[in-house]
Amino acid sequence: MTLTATDLLLEATDVSKTYGAVVALHHASLSVRPGEVHALMGANGAGKSTLVKILTGAVSPDTGRIVVRGRERISHSPADARRNGLVSVYQEPAVIPDLDIRDNLRLTATPVEPFRHWLSELGLEKLNLSSLARRLPLASLRIIDLARALALQPDVLLLDEITAALPANLTERVLQAVQQQGADRSVIFISHRLIEIAAVCDRATVLRNGETVGVVEVTAGSEDKIVDLMLGEGAAALGEHAPSGTSTVDRSAQVPRVSARALSDGRRLRDATFDLYAGEVLGVVALEGQGQDELFGLLSGAARPAAGTLQVDGRAVTWRHPADAIRNGIVFIAADRAEALLMQRSVRENIALPSSARITHWGWINLRREGQKVDQAVATLQIDARAGSEVRRLSGGNQQKVTIARWVASGVKTMLCFDPTRGIDIGTKNQIYVLLRDLAAAGTAILLYTSELKEIQLACDRVVVIFGGQVVAEMAAAGADEAALLRAAHNLKPGAALPEEVVAASAGEKTAVEGAIGEAPAAPAPQP
Amino acid sequence: MSAPAASIGRPRAGVADSLGTWARNNAWTLGLLGFLVVLLLFTKYVNHNYSLVSLANTATAVVPLALAAVAQAVVVISGGIDLSISSQMALTSCVAATMMAAYPGEVTAVAIVIGVLMLGMVLGAVNGALVVMTRVPDIIVTLATYFVWAGFALLVRAAPGGSAAKWLKDLVVGSLGIDVVPKAAVVLVVIVAVIWIPLSRSRLGLSLYAVGSNRLAAFRSGVAVNRTKFMSYVITGLLAAFAGLSLTASTGIGTPVPEPTYVLISIGAVVLGGVSLAGGTGGVFGPLVAVVVLQLIRDDMTFMQVDSNYGLVAQGFILIGVLMAGSLIQMRRSRA
Repeated sequence: MTLTATDLLLEATDVSKTYGAVVALHHASLSVRPGEVHALMGANGAGKSTLVKILTGAVSPDTGRIVVRGRERISHSPADARRNGLVSVYQEPAVIPDLDIRDNLRLTATPVEPFRHWLSELGLEKLNLSSLARRLPLASLRIIDLARALALQPDVLLLDEITAALPANLTERVLQAVQQQGADRSVIFISHRLIEIAAVCDRATVLRNGETVGVVEVTAGSEDKIVDLMLGEGAAALGEHAPSGTSTVDRSAQVPRVSARALSDGRRLRDATFDLYAGEVLGVVALEGQGQDELFGLLSGAARPAAGTLQVDGRAVTWRHPADAIRNGIVFIAADRAEALLMQRSVRENIALPSSARITHWGWINLRREGQKVDQAVATLQIDARAGSEVRRLSGGNQQKVTIARWVASGVKTMLCFDPTRGIDIGTKNQIYVLLRDLAAAGTAILLYTSELKEIQLACDRVVVIFGGQVVAEMAAAGADEAALLRAAHNLKPGAALPEEVVAASAGEKTAVEGAIGEAPAAPAPQP
Repeated sequence: MSAPAASIGRPRAGVADSLGTWARNNAWTLGLLGFLVVLLLFTKYVNHNYSLVSLANTATAVVPLALAAVAQAVVVISGGIDLSISSQMALTSCVAATMMAAYPGEVTAVAIVIGVLMLGMVLGAVNGALVVMTRVPDIIVTLATYFVWAGFALLVRAAPGGSAAKWLKDLVVGSLGIDVVPKAAVVLVVIVAVIWIPLSRSRLGLSLYAVGSNRLAAFRSGVAVNRTKFMSYVITGLLAAFAGLSLTASTGIGTPVPEPTYVLISIGAVVLGGVSLAGGTGGVFGPLVAVVVLQLIRDDMTFMQVDSNYGLVAQGFILIGVLMAGSLIQMRRSRA
């Protein structure tokens, strides 16, 4: 790396950003050479998205220097970044749904002919520019957003998860287009798919805990190096923890409590297949946006599946409303306590709510019976209820315990916990792990999604890994250390072939998308 | 909006194709026009004396309301709402009538009209600045300024009165040449055309739709979101001032007490006219048609001697019924 600063197309140095007490970026740096495709990597919370937001002007850095083509430039808005030669394409397309494509181009002052050129390069030549954006499928909108950015010929093109949930044929074209950028322009490429990084990127910058921990030349076999950098040195040591979750469940002998077969929501979630048994904690691990939110939505009755079957105790079920799931003894515990609790009401009322609020309990609430149940639950969960008159005065951890306690009090058999320890102190976290284990020992089936990989060994018996909307791996918690989970979450199997199955699974969408891309033939015109 | 230009880049696409696209993008307004035709036929059926001249009278009667609805449409398209429109109308109307009584003269009246229009833009600018800078929800801000503007109107004049210049009255009273073309409706169309057509083709107009449709996507597309919101209130204030002037012109005086139904009917007309309250869709043509529809329904009730209280109930149900039918059709289309 003998290049001086002026040879670099973009150089960000010493970039820091704190939100309150949280340090999102700590003297991070990124340098991009002209003509290269540069990957930006990092686990959840490593600071990737903050760095992207700073580069594109969505947030301002606390400190730091950003130099584009030798000139210092800090962008204060996306429009500003655009003038500085930096255009980004996000996972959620920045296309205005109520405008047609032509007006969307006008809004960003995009020349139409280059846009058309890139559209046909990307395989969308049949697109009708007068169709409203909201009538086009998401995959087409992504392509439109990308073609629009390419047509602007930016110095630096920033692609944030552009290939996520794109059908295989389109993904290929996108990757080709990314590589076609001239020797003068660069691309910053963010993707969870290491296989794509290896295919198109020249170098990769890896972030961990808000710091730049390494810059890697991408060659065959550098994926493992990248993952190691993302994990840091502590990774190996963590694997030595003895798992507290010891599976005593004989799974072959019983009917699964919940059994999902090829569940799909039609968008992100493609094929979720797994069994959850009574008496176990089944972990779910996935990178952001792999379909886990949708999976929990389907299981808890908040949304209806587009395909696949769901069985509870061996019976096929379809749910119209979360109340249907609750009636079947399946409840959802969200990461955000505010979604579940009545913050101004007492611990007692909050715990009693699900069992007392049913329509069939019309009339007087039996306060004594309610009181017994609640006291029992408070004792079981060791809730510190001194500030019990208003739930909002409890600590986050105790609030989360209340959300669990209310379902314990009403005798629920299955819990879907979605990142229940988010933002909770370490002591209470441990209490929640113990609580989940105790509940499982008492026969409850628990599905636990967590964004903290080490929780898997602390609380789970087994774990399934979701990638690209599919369950791609299942392992016992004993073997699921952070390194193994992170590799699996990137769909990286040691010694295995390329993740063809993901590509193959996407291909099913091909016809549907292509059919919609040209837009259905226009409605018959009124006859004069 | 850009539908007429649809075929330029695509020589292969026929006229029928682009007409079809236009029809699809404006299906709601076309449906509403159809409803208006049915309503006119019904009116003729219950009232055999109803003629084109009566229709012209209806059109004259709705001018202030139509301007209020267009004003409301602009701010709703950009994702906001303005509850203070009726008191903006009262204040501008009072200022105009009082000034014209104090400084009579046909030429000074021109200066007064220009000043009142600027006053409207200032009122809108205050609304916009408060919404953008304080981050208090727009519904609260404009509810508060509703009372502020109404208070100012009473300070300007405690009781109805004042006068209007002759040319101003002549502008909205009577017809143009033949009886069936009311002057007021022509003035309305000219005002709306002069403001709306250039606006809808400008970058600001596009930004109004963009911000109303999806704020984040608009921000990421490089739209100055706050400036756009601010400008939407300024334009609404300008149109509300036109509405206030039309009140002064048609009554010859200024009335300091705002007519609260103007706000509610303007919102009803906007929604009935195909502008989503969530923002981003519709235009001003639909709300204009909707105002005529609502007025006709009221006229028919009066003619059929329906008790006016029942009339209100019926109007409410008709509004809900039409909106329900419309959303049902849209839901089925989006599923298909």
